[in-house]
Amino acid sequence: MLKEHLVLIGNGMAGVRTLEELLKLEPERYHITVFGEEPYGNYNRIMLSPVLASEKTLEQIMLNDDAWYAEHGIILHKGKKVEQINRLHRQVIATDGTTATYDRLIIATGSTPFMLPLVGANKQGVIGFRDINDVNTMLAAAQHYKNAVVIGGGLLGLEAANGLLKQGMNVSVVHINDTLMERQLDKPAAQLLQQSLEARGLKFLMQANTAEILGNERVTGVRFKDGSEVLADLVVMAVGIKPNIALAQSCGLYCERGIVVNDTLQTITDPKIYAIGECVQHRGIAYGLVAPLFEQAKVAANHLAKHGIARYEGTVTSTKLKVTGIELFSAGDFIGNEQTEEIVFKDAGAGTYKKIVLQDNQIKGAVLYGDTVDGSWYFQLMKDGTDISAFRDTLLFGQAHLGDSGHNPDTRVATLPDTAEICGCNGVCKGDIVKAITEKKLFTLDEVRAHTKASASCGSCTGLVESLLAHTLGGEYSATPQTKPLCKCTDATHDDIRQGIIKYALNTMPMVREYFNWQTPDGCPSCRNALNYYLLCAFPNEYEDDPQSRFINERAHGNIQKDGTYSVVPRMFGGLCTAQQLRDIADIADKYQVPEIKITGGQRIDMFGIPKEQLPSMWRDLNEAGFVSGHAYGKALRTVKTCVGSTWCRFGTQDSTGLGVKLEELTWGSWMPHKFKIAVSGCPRNCAEATIKDFGVVCVDSGYELHVGGNGGIKVRVTDLLCKVDTEEQVKEYCGAFIQLYREDAHYLERTAPWIERVGLEKIKQSIVNDVPQRHALYQRFLISQQTAQIDPWQQIANGLRANEFTPIAISA
Amino acid sequence: MTKWIEVVELDHIPVLGSRLIKTRTKSIAVFRSTDNQVFAINDACPHKKGPLSQGIMHGTTVTCPLHNWKLNLASGEVLAPDQGCANTYPVKIVEGKIYLQLDPESFKDAE
Repeated sequence: MLKEHLVLIGNGMAGVRTLEELLKLEPERYHITVFGEEPYGNYNRIMLSPVLASEKTLEQIMLNDDAWYAEHGIILHKGKKVEQINRLHRQVIATDGTTATYDRLIIATGSTPFMLPLVGANKQGVIGFRDINDVNTMLAAAQHYKNAVVIGGGLLGLEAANGLLKQGMNVSVVHINDTLMERQLDKPAAQLLQQSLEARGLKFLMQANTAEILGNERVTGVRFKDGSEVLADLVVMAVGIKPNIALAQSCGLYCERGIVVNDTLQTITDPKIYAIGECVQHRGIAYGLVAPLFEQAKVAANHLAKHGIARYEGTVTSTKLKVTGIELFSAGDFIGNEQTEEIVFKDAGAGTYKKIVLQDNQIKGAVLYGDTVDGSWYFQLMKDGTDISAFRDTLLFGQAHLGDSGHNPDTRVATLPDTAEICGCNGVCKGDIVKAITEKKLFTLDEVRAHTKASASCGSCTGLVESLLAHTLGGEYSATPQTKPLCKCTDATHDDIRQGIIKYALNTMPMVREYFNWQTPDGCPSCRNALNYYLLCAFPNEYEDDPQSRFINERAHGNIQKDGTYSVVPRMFGGLCTAQQLRDIADIADKYQVPEIKITGGQRIDMFGIPKEQLPSMWRDLNEAGFVSGHAYGKALRTVKTCVGSTWCRFGTQDSTGLGVKLEELTWGSWMPHKFKIAVSGCPRNCAEATIKDFGVVCVDSGYELHVGGNGGIKVRVTDLLCKVDTEEQVKEYCGAFIQLYREDAHYLERTAPWIERVGLEKIKQSIVNDVPQRHALYQRFLISQQTAQIDPWQQIANGLRANEFTPIAISA
Repeated sequence: MTKWIEVVELDHIPVLGSRLIKTRTKSIAVFRSTDNQVFAINDACPHKKGPLSQGIMHGTTVTCPLHNWKLNLASGEVLAPDQGCANTYPVKIVEGKIYLQLDPESFKDAE
């Protein structure tokens, strides 16, 4: 295939991000040429405020240096402004005469500061705040002059004012309204902000209407409409931005406030031309923040790569102020109306203010001042439309208060010392993470995981890591999108794929990968395991399991240990056993010289330290003693834990052990999205701890309470009550139906607890309790899939299946 | 001095799977890709000695079963952002049989 030519106008964050996304998908599809007006590579424009405040250097905020362009074979024309686009000949022409022909063109010309058309606005020392050049002008002015005036009390203006103050200037902020940052803050928060900025030495002239810039060649002052004046050697206008659309307009592309694009970021006039970033108007909105631009980049790259499944549907944005020492966050509708309620917390002494606007138990907006650790959490709840009624009482106290992060509620990420351990699994401290984010220029949770390992294991610190990202990056942090692709090999989500498998009868892995445009030929460990499970679940009788698409524990039917040996757990139904069985296990343990034996949390016996090549013969011996695999290694039914029950216990109301055995006989061997634990307690004293299991039965005198979605692991969750039934037969049917619903609906590696929180208990109740035909159908499908699942894998392997897997090849002379 | 030693037939390695070769002094994982390329690598991840032969192979990469480090099977290099390297061995396939280039000391019986 002949390579096509792709030209990018605008060497900024939006355009280059699009190229990066495209190179990930299709590195070879295009010859790429980039025109940039500024004489630099791509730098992180959002970090200009820290550069102005001397907290960072230009070098630290460079995102792509010359070597990056060279490495990807991209021709970069630095310092060349494109003045003409010839759509007929598909050619762009720069002011110096450089031309480039395109098959596809990306316009990412960004925006410029809006300069007030005041008398004297063209004097020396009157600038905007937009690029490195402006920052250099400000830094130079601070060396020689004393008085600075910043016009505009919004986000950018305050950041500029703070930077100039830090450079030693006497700074006045002129604002036309009576409160600062009125687009992001309500009055109480704005007042707190103004107080703390005044305490730092900034002066404010509120409700001030600028009339004229005074001076001869260079500015000397500013006059207001009321006649008053203020001295100024430098005037920074930060009253807003306007999209750069002149070039697009000149070649006839339809523009309103920005260049109008569709959901694939193509201009509505010419589909060969894409536009992206701050110069764009999408569904009526022109964005001025970085999170939307990154989402746009991803979609445009997907379209340029001709994968064509992504659409941009707009972004909900949030704001943070990048002024060191001032914590401020806002998102959504934080003012409210007649339909909304608000929860407010204000501690003026401590400088803390929080307001959350609610409607129908969902967050519509939030303003936080002084303590913004939970900003990204509120933002996520808002974007997801999560029903917060269950924790409304403690909502203002934040996520840590929910015990959600698995850490001490007192830990507040902003105030933690650098030595504080954030990720307990991998021993990663706050300092390591912040350093990696700033030095390696990380933007996303995935990147932090890859570089630091924080949150890459059990995931319980994900909330803390996201807070750190938000805290370190400020407004440019884009929270993880709600719909995540299955893995990095595809843009399709778990749900897309599960539905596609059924709808289009995609019954092999290559068919699924082909249909959903996989970017890797064999997939990766994440998607191969997931697809293998999804296909097994969808086609229980036809699909041939692929051992190479299973994690080693499931392939070897034992848990791999740190020294490469395995553990062996025979199934003991309901946790019951006989003296003879114990004797047999003891004899086998002796025969194989098992170094360590322990009782598991699920009432089974675990033998450790077995070399892989001995597994088949040990299993044969266990088979002969009447044992089958305990599946202690699988994303499968693990154990049914029971208490003593009415047979012996003076409190027991039902035969919990007997019911436990029946449930384990029904469910063993079934593959699931994740591990699955059951328990049966004989009375509400609940000695089998049934209310922290995936499916728990609590026997009562009048019948059986069925509980679902518990978890005793990373994040402890007590079950929800599903319903109460009368007979053991009903318990079995509800149990089988619930498992089948979980098998068919949950994402691979999603335990029942997060699954239920995602889809809602109501949906589960509807399917299992209310809709009787559906319950019957689910149970029938479960029984069908069990016919092929309940074959003991140990016996198959002991009889010679996949012998190669377990037999090393010895080479000797 | 090294020598080509026949170790296993191609058909006896599962596609996208591995066989473990044990010599007197070494454990070597031999992998087979979808397009029947064969790679031989020391069966110990440079991170914490995880048995690479037990990992999942994808493309020409293997993911260690213990902590998900990824290694390029051709070069033995660990993929970024992790760092490290495992020994690899020259491989040739002749008439469906796989030969590794090994030091005779590593497979000689202890005498």
